[in-house]
Amino acid sequence: MSGTQKGWDRQQMADRLAREFQDGWLVNLGVGIPTMCSNTDLGDREVTYHSENGLIGYGPVLPAGQEDLHLVNAGGQNVSLKPDSVTVHHADSFAIIRSGRIDVTVMGAYEVAGNGDFANWKVAGQKGGGIGGAMDLAACAKRVFIILEHVTRKGAPRLVPTCALPVTARGVVTLVATNYGLFAPTGTGFRVVELAPGMSFDEVRAATGTPLEA
Amino acid sequence: MRSKTFGGFAEAVADIPDGSVIGIGGFAAPGTPYNLLQALLAQGAKNLVCVANTTGGAHQPRMPDIAMLVENGQVRKVIASFTASTRPTDVIPFTKYYEAGEVEAELVPQGTMAERLRAAGAGIPAFYTPTAVGTELAEGRETRVFNGREMLLEYAIPLDYAFIRAHRADASGNLQFRLTQRNFCPLMAMAAKTCIVEVEEDILPVGSMDPDNVHTAGIFVQRLVKIPAAPDGIWPVRRQERAK
Repeated sequence: MSGTQKGWDRQQMADRLAREFQDGWLVNLGVGIPTMCSNTDLGDREVTYHSENGLIGYGPVLPAGQEDLHLVNAGGQNVSLKPDSVTVHHADSFAIIRSGRIDVTVMGAYEVAGNGDFANWKVAGQKGGGIGGAMDLAACAKRVFIILEHVTRKGAPRLVPTCALPVTARGVVTLVATNYGLFAPTGTGFRVVELAPGMSFDEVRAATGTPLEA
Repeated sequence: MRSKTFGGFAEAVADIPDGSVIGIGGFAAPGTPYNLLQALLAQGAKNLVCVANTTGGAHQPRMPDIAMLVENGQVRKVIASFTASTRPTDVIPFTKYYEAGEVEAELVPQGTMAERLRAAGAGIPAFYTPTAVGTELAEGRETRVFNGREMLLEYAIPLDYAFIRAHRADASGNLQFRLTQRNFCPLMAMAAKTCIVEVEEDILPVGSMDPDNVHTAGIFVQRLVKIPAAPDGIWPVRRQERAK
């Protein structure tokens, strides 16, 4: 890691959360940056990836020409099978989710609050939204990990006292990775679990919209 | 037994009346009944309610989808788990018509939609779920506490018709799906009065499928159409991101 590095890039954010995965976990990865958790080398820990479209256990995305057009993950990517992969229909896939069998779900978000609420399905002023499986997963997984940039493109904090956007679920977030570090909701703010390289506590606190504990 | 096999897609959808509630299976390409959607576009039934995971059109090449039915003036309402893209910068084809007020939409969490279909197919009128409690979707709706946890009441979605795609079928309508093609398809089939299936392989004679390896029993299936080879039939191709 370079001495001049400041913060984590997207893969490093995903890596940091993936390192929390324990042996034997059933893991659901959301579309986008969360998918990058599957690139992380977990050593001898084995996790199984669950995809909401009824795919339990899948491997890497296949290159053009090698893909099977009957096999996609939640993002519609043509992934590969593992020896223990199995497919089920949607009601069974969400039975797995709703009955609490998912050890962790990793999702992107627009904002996350210190009380564990988060918002990721509708932006301000938009008619309609994109929920997909996010509300089922957020309400029912044993743990909810969130990956998001620490501030918006305009510099506004995404770690906030209360969500301004419509929430996906309330009081469920366990752990948050941003480009500035790893944070845990405390109920009234966030606690720093780890700062990304080159980030100071004061710098991160200034970019956080709610109380931050060291 | 009267044959369930139809000679073509136009014939299989010919009697669908205006105002029908139609469930459309599929998640991304697998299981999506492109040929039946194309036939419905030509058939022209109006005031339809379409139930599906998405409205389509998010990728290239564009395949027949619900947004095309909307564009064609055939749809009154859509029930889906996506009525907009999750990326604010990406506008799906449906958005234009939805924002213009030309079509209604009901946004439903994906697992809730699956279970509402399953319930309809299983003779269950409603059920409680923890999903969406405390969100905008639950505002003004009935909840009840079970085992100390608040749950939201959800109603079954009965369908007049289901459109689905399967890999293999026999003439009595027993179906097998391949890999992630299954998704919503068995649930749509169960929820519908009339389930119409586009089938990838040649339709097998009765008795040639192992009863232990049937994913959807023929009792839930009314019409079968074999998909012809391209270009007469529509087959998925590797998708690309839609050009911005």
